[in-house]
Amino acid sequence: LDLRYTPEQETFRSEVRSFFADTVPLELRRKLLDGRRPDRGEVVQWHQTLNAKGWAVPSWPKAWGGCDWSPIQLMIFQEEQAAAPAPPALPFNVNMIGPVLIAFGSEQQKRRFLPRIANLDDWWCQGFSEPGSGSDLASLSTFARKEGDNYVVNGQKIWTTYAQYADWIFCLVRTSREAKKQAGISFLLIDMKSPGVTVRKIETIDGIHSLNEIFFDDVRVPIDQLVGRENGGWDCAKFLLGNERVCIADVGHTKARLRQIRALAHKTAGGGRRMIEQPLFAQKLAMAEIEAKALEITQFRLLEGGGGAQMAHFPSILKLKGTELQQTVQQLFVDLAGPSALAVAAEGTDCRNSVGPLLNEPDWALTALENYFYGRAATILGGSDEIQKNILSRTMGLS
Amino acid sequence: MNFEFSAEQEMLKSEVERLLGNHHSFEQREFVSVEGWSSPVWALFAEMGLLGLNVAEENGGVGATPVETMIVMEGIGRHLAHDPFLPSAVLASTALSLARRSKSAARLLKDAAAGRTVLTLAHSERGTRYDLSHVTTTARKTQSGWLIEGSKSLVPYGARANFLVVSARMTGEISARDGIGLFIVPDSAEGLQRREHRLHDGSLSAELAFADVLVPNEDVLDVSGRGFDVIEGAYQVGIAALAAEAVGAMAAALDLTVEYLNVRRQFNVPIATFQSLQHRAAEMLLWLEQARSMALFGTLALVAEDIDQRWPILAAMKVQIGRSARFIGQSAIQLHGGIGMASEYPVGHYFRRLTAIDLLLGDADHHLATLVDAGGLLSAAG
Repeated sequence: LDLRYTPEQETFRSEVRSFFADTVPLELRRKLLDGRRPDRGEVVQWHQTLNAKGWAVPSWPKAWGGCDWSPIQLMIFQEEQAAAPAPPALPFNVNMIGPVLIAFGSEQQKRRFLPRIANLDDWWCQGFSEPGSGSDLASLSTFARKEGDNYVVNGQKIWTTYAQYADWIFCLVRTSREAKKQAGISFLLIDMKSPGVTVRKIETIDGIHSLNEIFFDDVRVPIDQLVGRENGGWDCAKFLLGNERVCIADVGHTKARLRQIRALAHKTAGGGRRMIEQPLFAQKLAMAEIEAKALEITQFRLLEGGGGAQMAHFPSILKLKGTELQQTVQQLFVDLAGPSALAVAAEGTDCRNSVGPLLNEPDWALTALENYFYGRAATILGGSDEIQKNILSRTMGLS
Repeated sequence: MNFEFSAEQEMLKSEVERLLGNHHSFEQREFVSVEGWSSPVWALFAEMGLLGLNVAEENGGVGATPVETMIVMEGIGRHLAHDPFLPSAVLASTALSLARRSKSAARLLKDAAAGRTVLTLAHSERGTRYDLSHVTTTARKTQSGWLIEGSKSLVPYGARANFLVVSARMTGEISARDGIGLFIVPDSAEGLQRREHRLHDGSLSAELAFADVLVPNEDVLDVSGRGFDVIEGAYQVGIAALAAEAVGAMAAALDLTVEYLNVRRQFNVPIATFQSLQHRAAEMLLWLEQARSMALFGTLALVAEDIDQRWPILAAMKVQIGRSARFIGQSAIQLHGGIGMASEYPVGHYFRRLTAIDLLLGDADHHLATLVDAGGLLSAAG
């Protein structure tokens, strides 16, 4: 038993750290520290910088551009990325569709899509949820009927993050109404430029455009864009959701933000003293640090323990606690900002250029509430808290 | 980074499990010997070398790492074993090992490792709460040795131990770190009064009064003025050991709860089919894994970090342990319903021990305040 990093891992960490220090544009770093979200262009440009270095898809097999890093190296990489900070790789590309194609795709599909996924030449989005199918994902009804060399898709997807940026969507569609509901689902790749695809923005409580509805009206999809076998899409979905649960914890990001909060709390005044001297705030912050550290070690235990039946409950724990901590971080930013968080900064503009100069509030305070509001989604998406607890109780032999 | 036990540690784990499983069933718990614990188990502990884990080889011990202590303590927690392992084989043995060498200390360590003698650390006093340097008991130098005057409180197995390692103030203010001396006092010492009482977890404890108890020079352990360092080092090892015990007890309480949910029927179905109960059990598992992670972190910090660097990590660990213990203990009772309140059923005893563990060696609130004062965890521990 030993929790220390090896000298090789420490060397790796400094290599990664200096790469980020030398490469992430200052303006982008500023933006992330201020709690603003990078725009499409910034994400793509950064992703391609990473890809040029060979680090865009480190978790993939070497043959498809991966790095052959150990799980610990991957964690170190993510931790340094969050600390820099640099934008994280686009999860839809790197953690979702890429691994699904590697595991289930045909050779032709891999050659056609993977290099473009890795370089973010194509921005992918995820077409799982439907208006009538949230947590009960397998009840989805978007239908694909076969007509010659095509599927013809009709239906609707919802809560699609960054569909407005996307070139492609991977979709779960129903291809059979005969079998058990899970057994009639297929995994289709759909070009967002196909005739019959309509994207409509969903106004959300944070006031920032990220979620969308997508309508499919007689959209023709060539059958070579089916992944795996027809009616075998549920396997792809389960595989993808399992990956998502582990990636979503993002402890490195939480730790980096907690450090930032502590540093800001030393500078932020509140009630005649600095916020770090407010006992309740300081305790909440320390409590979050403890839980983040515990979760980090829980994650190490999963990565080093090699999974297996003994560890079947770990992914749900990572998802539950990881998202809870992300929300805790967002709440701490709000608590730290106090009334400075109230004003709305106009979307798409630099905070400083909208309300900043008049109110003279720091940018991190002006973004605190929008991130807090948006952050509520974390415990709903990717299998809600309640679904994770259902899964956990099944691994415990309760049902 | 490596999360595997060595082959020897795996073996230790299964041997401890087998030993305690055979001898410490819940039904056997009340039938302990006059010493206040099960002497056959204690003898087997000695035979297996467990009582010498925190004793160097040159003193007849094993000189093991904190991981071995963790393994034993987790077993003790899982089986709710009542014995003086923590006060004798962990706290007092560590204190004796850390103190300046003396003949008496070497002899005591040898006897303790062999199971011939039981030790305890007599440090806490009324009003100490969790302030480790609060010592009002005094030590006065005389021609023939040192005279101890004062009292100690909540000393684990204090009326049963053969020898006490006693802290007493030689100089300085009541809460000063400097000026604390350490002395060995046998149970037969003149002027020593011991009053035994039982704690809510069922374990034995004592109030001790020292009326000019004479400690001859050969039993003086440390009068350099830095006795606090020894106490601090011993308590650090003890806190990690308690955390491991808590993990074992929490795991057992959760196992009992899951088993009960599957067996108990209401409304013609097993209550395990009710989602609100499933979800509470799922949360218990989450609290358990988080506690286990922190117990590992704290235990390994004893090896990896210097004494000062350890405090934020150990404080963080004890906060997590205290909170997890409370959530799991309370939930275990709630999910059992009425039977959880009954002494004849084991789950309540786990709850009582888990509650006591939070209150021993610094509760969650105390350690959270410590951590806040230290500037948080991440600045100290990445």
